[in-house]
Amino acid sequence: MIAILDYGSGNLRSAQRAFERSGKEVVVTSDRDIALNAQGLVVPGVGAFAACMRGLVAVGGDAIVRERLAKQRPTLGICVGMQILFRDGDEHTNGVLNQGVGIWQESVTKLDAPILPHMGWNTVEVSEGSNLFKGIEDQSFYFVHSYAAKQPVGVSQVWSTHNEKFLAAVEDGAIAATQFHPEKSGEAGLALIKNWVGML
Amino acid sequence: MALSIRIIPCLDVTDGRVVKGVNFTDLVDAGDPVEMASLYNLEGADELTFLDISASSSNRETTLDVVRKTAEQVFIPLTVGGGIRSVDDVDRLLRAGADKVSINTSAIARPELIAEIADRFGSQVLVISIDARRARTESGFEVTTHGGRQSAGLDALAWVEKACALGAGEILLNSMDADGTRAGYDIGMISAVRAISKVPLIASGGAGALEDFAAALDAGADALLAASVFHFGVHRIGDVKRYLSAQGYSIRNNATV
Repeated sequence: MIAILDYGSGNLRSAQRAFERSGKEVVVTSDRDIALNAQGLVVPGVGAFAACMRGLVAVGGDAIVRERLAKQRPTLGICVGMQILFRDGDEHTNGVLNQGVGIWQESVTKLDAPILPHMGWNTVEVSEGSNLFKGIEDQSFYFVHSYAAKQPVGVSQVWSTHNEKFLAAVEDGAIAATQFHPEKSGEAGLALIKNWVGML
Repeated sequence: MALSIRIIPCLDVTDGRVVKGVNFTDLVDAGDPVEMASLYNLEGADELTFLDISASSSNRETTLDVVRKTAEQVFIPLTVGGGIRSVDDVDRLLRAGADKVSINTSAIARPELIAEIADRFGSQVLVISIDARRARTESGFEVTTHGGRQSAGLDALAWVEKACALGAGEILLNSMDADGTRAGYDIGMISAVRAISKVPLIASGGAGALEDFAAALDAGADALLAASVFHFGVHRIGDVKRYLSAQGYSIRNNATV
């Protein structure tokens, strides 16, 4: 069973349907035990870094993610759900950094690009041996964001470029994350979800 | 490696059906929105837009249902516009499965609505739709309401700047002069808006020949929205994307996987 963590971050119904396409049972939940024990946990996220982090902490999501990682249970962060796994972010902070969950000790910073948000379909540069992108290395994925991580973290990195290079996805043992929205990336996104589910 | 241009078909929806017409008159039933959304998705649409043209609130409930069903079956971004007047209206649409909303008249009537929506849900959900035409205003372009029939008393470029400052995440620029003519986008207007805005720009109104799409991109549009050329079968989305790809524009690789 896959759990999609519900911490007040947007509509999760279409994400649920997209993950159900993999053939697994999918629940949308904020229940600690269900989220902790699910075969796979999805941490979605839209909106601002600080608001998402507040919502996550309010349901104990930060502790759930850490405990799952300690027990090597697969977790997938999506969009701001990826960003808040980093140490901190500088979105709308006026210098004071927003703390993240801190799985990865790097920062999330604003993209240096003439037009923001980075909105639309972009290609990715996949490292050899990626499990998540198997068979879809040449596909485009749907991004909507103005901030991103730009330093390599984890075991395997996938990069994309919007004026500057940024992390489009990370695979790091039990934890993985995508800056784009696989649940909005058409057939390519559904294939990525299937790859992730196949590793559970 | 680059961000692809986006081709966005727009569906006018009322009472749970897609309708098509010319200049908001002679509307004919054009089919089931969920089926049409699926079809456009298969043809390579990069996003979908529903414009709710319902006159009554009971019909708007039906539209929520359409959004719900579409979002459960079609896994590409969906924007919904029409009749949105409050943060609560946005909340209902996002919960139903819309990824973005577009607002037009209600933002002109009460610009603070832009900031309210952006503060609550983030700028990325908010498309400001502007129906503009050439006029003797400071920039040479003015904002209209009522499908282009009335002046809103606003200079179009001044309105773009204000909307962006308030938190618009994207601009949908409709040329009311070009709308429905299939004589090409208003290139001058697209360039003028591009020059003063730093958010993605969707051009709309006037698409006819394949060359028109390329001209709008050259003028600075990031995405191209069209209704009638797709609904009436003048072009298939795939034809437009193949043409643009051959011309060297970056289009989404969506080969079946």
